[in-house]
Amino acid sequence: MKELLQLFLIFAKIGGFTFGGGLAMLPILEREVVQKRKWASEEEMMDYYAIGQCTPGIIAVNTATFIGNKRKGILGGIVATLGVVTPSVIIISLIAAFIQNFQDVQWVQWAFSGIRPTVIALILNATIKITKKSLVDVWTVLLALAVFFLSAFTNITPALFVLGAGVLGIFLKGGNPRAAAA
Amino acid sequence: MPLLLELFLRFFYVGLFSVGGGLATLPFLQKMGEATGWFSATQLSDMVAVSESTPGPLGINMATYVGFQTAGVPGAILAVLGEIAPALVIIFILSRFLLKFRNSKYVAWAFYGLRAASAGLIAMSCMSVAVLALFDKAALLDGGTFFSALNYWGIVLTAVIFVGLRIFKKVHPIVFIAIGAAAGIGFHLLIGG
Repeated sequence: MKELLQLFLIFAKIGGFTFGGGLAMLPILEREVVQKRKWASEEEMMDYYAIGQCTPGIIAVNTATFIGNKRKGILGGIVATLGVVTPSVIIISLIAAFIQNFQDVQWVQWAFSGIRPTVIALILNATIKITKKSLVDVWTVLLALAVFFLSAFTNITPALFVLGAGVLGIFLKGGNPRAAAA
Repeated sequence: MPLLLELFLRFFYVGLFSVGGGLATLPFLQKMGEATGWFSATQLSDMVAVSESTPGPLGINMATYVGFQTAGVPGAILAVLGEIAPALVIIFILSRFLLKFRNSKYVAWAFYGLRAASAGLIAMSCMSVAVLALFDKAALLDGGTFFSALNYWGIVLTAVIFVGLRIFKKVHPIVFIAIGAAAGIGFHLLIGG
């Protein structure tokens, strides 16, 4: 019961401080879930993120479901997911009810002109931390670079990169006895 | 069909078929607006602006907004529940599958490649978020130079916060977000704009 409440509260905290898309939750997720509570490893976070890219639904929500489910089964998954969406439901309902032109409020705009660069620094820092353990050899570095440039210059859906990389991983490891042993 | 049930079902459909994050729900919402008359295209673009400048996952914020505008608080709750329900079920099934095949070498090999792709995708998203915030594309298209389109103040703040993150590793990310918000308000008060 205590851990369920903890799951709800921590994911509510993550939902309440994610500014700008699923990736923005990475810094707080990394701090709260990986570092502080060791509920998941860096590698597992990458797995969840990869799976979230090619399954339906919102990546932040999918990650919450995965971690909640890992800790406390289906009930944990539901509780963590409800936690991550609760702040949104409350905040957006309040704004929709009381503030007509929220994005025209001047000090909100000012605050966001500072929050946006901050979130970039946070995401960059979290990206460095979390991707380090996934780039284990020359092949993975090359593969990551290829995905980086292909997704920058083409409109291929991320799901295809993830699935393709999975198949490639099997061939790289399976087709190479030395690598497979490592 | 009762309005609340319709909201739930329509968002269930969005949740089931939008792959790849909150913005992927946008085309579905456009169609929903046209089909139901619940909101106009202009209202939708307002929703995106509000969703982007409030905390929380974008897709969830948009579902809340549409649900609330259509049927108040119960509408907001049912729209969100509808949107997350398909993902919940799919992730439960996948988790079970992963647990079962955890020791398979094929799954391990697939994840060896998957993680690398994930790293590339995360780096790319990081880059596009940075370009969006620190570079004014519209100014460049308006005939400005590359250098005049750069958000210098934003770049300096990003650099300062990044250095701060590397030095004060124990400080919680939320503290940095609060510092960033304060710096943004302070900066505009100082320059008077």
